[in-house]
Amino acid sequence: MTKVSMTVNGKAVSGEVEGRTLLATFLREDLHLTGTHIGCDTSQCGACVVHVDGQAVKACTMFAAEAEGAEVTTIEGIAAADGTMSPVQKAFQEHHGLQCGFCTPGMVMSAHALLAENPDPSEAEIREYLQGNICRCTGYHNIVKAIAAAAAEMRPVAAE
Amino acid sequence: MYDFQFARPTSLDEAVKALSAEDAQALGGGQTLIPTLKQRLAAPEVLVSLTGIRELRFVRRDGDTLRVGGTATHGMVAREAAAEFPGLAGMAVRIGDPAVRNRGTIGGSLANNDPSACYPAAVLAANATVVTNSREIAADEFFDGMFTTALDEGEIITEVRFPIPERANYQKFEQPASHFALVGVMVAKHADGVRVGVTGASEDGVFRWTEAEDALSGNYAPEAVDGLTVSADGMIGDLHGTPEYRAHLVKVLTKRAVAAS
Repeated sequence: MTKVSMTVNGKAVSGEVEGRTLLATFLREDLHLTGTHIGCDTSQCGACVVHVDGQAVKACTMFAAEAEGAEVTTIEGIAAADGTMSPVQKAFQEHHGLQCGFCTPGMVMSAHALLAENPDPSEAEIREYLQGNICRCTGYHNIVKAIAAAAAEMRPVAAE
Repeated sequence: MYDFQFARPTSLDEAVKALSAEDAQALGGGQTLIPTLKQRLAAPEVLVSLTGIRELRFVRRDGDTLRVGGTATHGMVAREAAAEFPGLAGMAVRIGDPAVRNRGTIGGSLANNDPSACYPAAVLAANATVVTNSREIAADEFFDGMFTTALDEGEIITEVRFPIPERANYQKFEQPASHFALVGVMVAKHADGVRVGVTGASEDGVFRWTEAEDALSGNYAPEAVDGLTVSADGMIGDLHGTPEYRAHLVKVLTKRAVAAS
């Protein structure tokens, strides 16, 4: 067993893990942050996307021990402390960007990573960025619309 | 996945020592190795993560050479090589998906030498040098057939040095489920000639299409390869494409790469 310490959603956490413990498993089973979903377990579907030191990664394809000392943000860390949803979360709701909701945590985490990198993405850029996030029910159109709407809302208004 | 001891050295010396243990295996970004461990296709006793070694994580220009550290991620190369070597950045930005690119490393990709991986084609075409903890290996000496390289047991890729070509472009015909190349071709025009690296096509792994190199070195234009044919012998055949189809793609993608470079 290895001791790991990291910051998750702004809180210092630590735990004892096996070498093979995946970051997704540590988040879900040790920290009880079950918003990070494990869909395929083969790095394809993206339901487990979290941010590690600000970058989107698949938490099912990284060991917990590799996140030693890292700043991790999960879907639970996206809304404000009082529960106010982020612009991306609100836009998913408004634009019907989810049906069953299983892929949604990963979609929202990827969307936030995209908008941090590129605040004004084209539709094609949004679709390209979601290459590693699979949704089996909405058919992507509304997810793309939601992200475009959130981008517009999050962009600072140009000074007149 | 079977359990293993996890080591996360912070210096190259510590990593070399950790890898000298019996049944030790180096871990780069893990985007291939972790799925492989899950399937129990590999079962090391010790897994030595290299991503904690800060000195191996860099992309920088040094004269006419682009130097990429062994644990530089595909995302880093896509961003940081864009101005210096756009042909390489354009290859890196199409590997896998964004989350995979934030973990996957150049050293991991080269050491694994997947026959459909993108990096081997770029390293061959650019005539790069693979630097390890003990030596320098020329691209032409590095790849040794599917999933096999010149690396010795426990040897670590510390850096890859790319001579920056005059022009270069990578064309990938993507297998959309895996995001690997069904066929990928990198063309690089150097002052002393053209090199063409082909991945995804051959059962022997990445290779140079030397006939096209000769033709393009004389006339750097897509039509220079019109008269050439690629034999389907030894090409990969699977449910995604026949050997004949892959052979055909090699020529098509070479022409596109020349046109786009």
